[in-house]
Amino acid sequence: MVAAPHTGPPRTRRRSGPARPSGRGPARAGRRPRAGRSAWAAFALLTAPTLIGLGAFKYVAIGWSFLLSLSDARGTIAPGRWVGLDNYLTLLSDRTFRASLGQILLFTAFIVPVTFAASLGLALLVHRIRRGRAVLRTAFLIPAAVSYVAASLLWKMSLFNGLPTGIANTVAGWFGMEAVPWLQTTSPPLYWVVLVTLRLWLQVGFYMVLFLAGLQGIPQDLYEAAALDGAKGLRLLRSITLPMLRNTSVAVLMLLFIAAFQAFDEFYNLFNSGLSGTGAAPVQTPLVHLYNTAMGSQDYGLGSAGAFVLTALIVGVTLIQGRFTGFGRKEG
Amino acid sequence: MSTVPRLSGALRLTARGLLVGLLTTAFLTPFYLMLRGALMDTPGVTSPQWTWWPSPMHFENFSALFDDPALSMGRALANSALIALVTAPVSTLLASAAGYAFARIPVPGRGVLLALVVATLMIPGSVTFVPTFVVVGSMGGVNTLWGIIAPGLFNPFAVLLFRNFYLRFPAEIEEAGRLDGLGWFGLYRRIALPNSGAMLASLGALAFIDSWNSFLWPLVIGQDPSAWTAQIALSTFLTSQTVNLPGLFAGAVVTIAPLVVMFLVAQRYIVEGIATSGLKG
Repeated sequence: MVAAPHTGPPRTRRRSGPARPSGRGPARAGRRPRAGRSAWAAFALLTAPTLIGLGAFKYVAIGWSFLLSLSDARGTIAPGRWVGLDNYLTLLSDRTFRASLGQILLFTAFIVPVTFAASLGLALLVHRIRRGRAVLRTAFLIPAAVSYVAASLLWKMSLFNGLPTGIANTVAGWFGMEAVPWLQTTSPPLYWVVLVTLRLWLQVGFYMVLFLAGLQGIPQDLYEAAALDGAKGLRLLRSITLPMLRNTSVAVLMLLFIAAFQAFDEFYNLFNSGLSGTGAAPVQTPLVHLYNTAMGSQDYGLGSAGAFVLTALIVGVTLIQGRFTGFGRKEG
Repeated sequence: MSTVPRLSGALRLTARGLLVGLLTTAFLTPFYLMLRGALMDTPGVTSPQWTWWPSPMHFENFSALFDDPALSMGRALANSALIALVTAPVSTLLASAAGYAFARIPVPGRGVLLALVVATLMIPGSVTFVPTFVVVGSMGGVNTLWGIIAPGLFNPFAVLLFRNFYLRFPAEIEEAGRLDGLGWFGLYRRIALPNSGAMLASLGALAFIDSWNSFLWPLVIGQDPSAWTAQIALSTFLTSQTVNLPGLFAGAVVTIAPLVVMFLVAQRYIVEGIATSGLKG
């Protein structure tokens, strides 16, 4: 007797969020002081630092940079030598920039699903364990304390150091592979293994915690009802757990995408690139390219144009993703 | 009839135990390798003969780290500590103050201002380092610690989280304060703020971690060794021409240690912070 109730679309089961008082027109308005001078003073005092700070470092910055992106601003941050859209055209016709876009898409296509699946899997595992759950969670979360710089150091100099005694080569040896220099091997591009495992190790605990929070929010009686109907194992996962994690999943996907697209630290540090570096990196992310352009060549016009192109890309993809997944419907 | 499920149950438990053991080992191995490398001498690290633990342990790798004037690791760690210790409390307090005002104080035009704050959430953080550099540079912030700190003090996402938090804050408590004659600022300072401890701790802890581990912005704005953070010093060490493996591992240990300790001590707040925020917009 397989139950019918679980075959319907999960959407109907979503609970509406906790009723929150909308600060605007509450029932208790009787005692509230009117928006007099004192309310204005308090509002100004409390919000001024944030408003001024965001105004300067976001709005002024973006506006100024937009003017720079239309100027010839090599070695100067003063706009005025107008060149129209030249900076944008230069950037988009630059072969290394376009290659960096392709490479970050490839990287994103790898790291997002891998991290998503791994963090969900770990969350399911940790959630199910009763004894020692806290210890296990700590073990998976503790890499989140490590910076990308330190992790790059460990991956480059220890795990994937190319020595026969290196961990990666030892493990590969069990499967009959010969010792290889992981970071320098471009065909096949083994450096992707280094890049993906590094980011996975650093990120997965963080997203596991998000999924754990989502799992804890699923009411237990849903499972009990389904168990009464004879559902178990994979079926519970597919018809209750995953649908109930929908909002968490969408948020995680979005965060993963935004983080992956802005990848910089590990690419910079693993491949010895950057201003002081010597090595020719086999991959370059758009941000590394932008860093070299803006800080290396001090071309702030081109650098500004790059900032706008990348922002547009991220915002665009986020909006498309939001439309497909229905995220942000309750905002606004 | 009952033996089959029991057996498969036991098998499953064993399999799960094995999986847990394997995963835990994999996650903690990098830490082990780092400590092992930090306590070895150079021939030991590069030796084809594997050793599980160095003997004798070379603790002098750590003191060498601080004695090397070209590396200035001591100064870099102090810089990082100062930056994070300013950024975490100040950014959290500012966000809490603004969040309270947006949630509670009914002034006309509040909605527009909030929309202006929320709109900045759309701008991805690190992509816009050129615009931020232009502004901070024009204010004379290149190679200064305040130039590293200033842009990180204003966090629109935290403002939004605090606003949601104060919207759910029980109005009765404030009501009592109002009867005692407190104004809006007094209500925030005397009643709302003292009751936001867990939220302040959670978001503050996350801000501290972000600040300590941030790399791109300090790299852009603080090129001079006097303004190096621990991450920049470690990165420079890693990309420099002289390879000193034990020193590198020791450097990784001293830059990681403060946060690992913090994770172990304040894990409750960190987990809570991650769960409430999802962070890093």
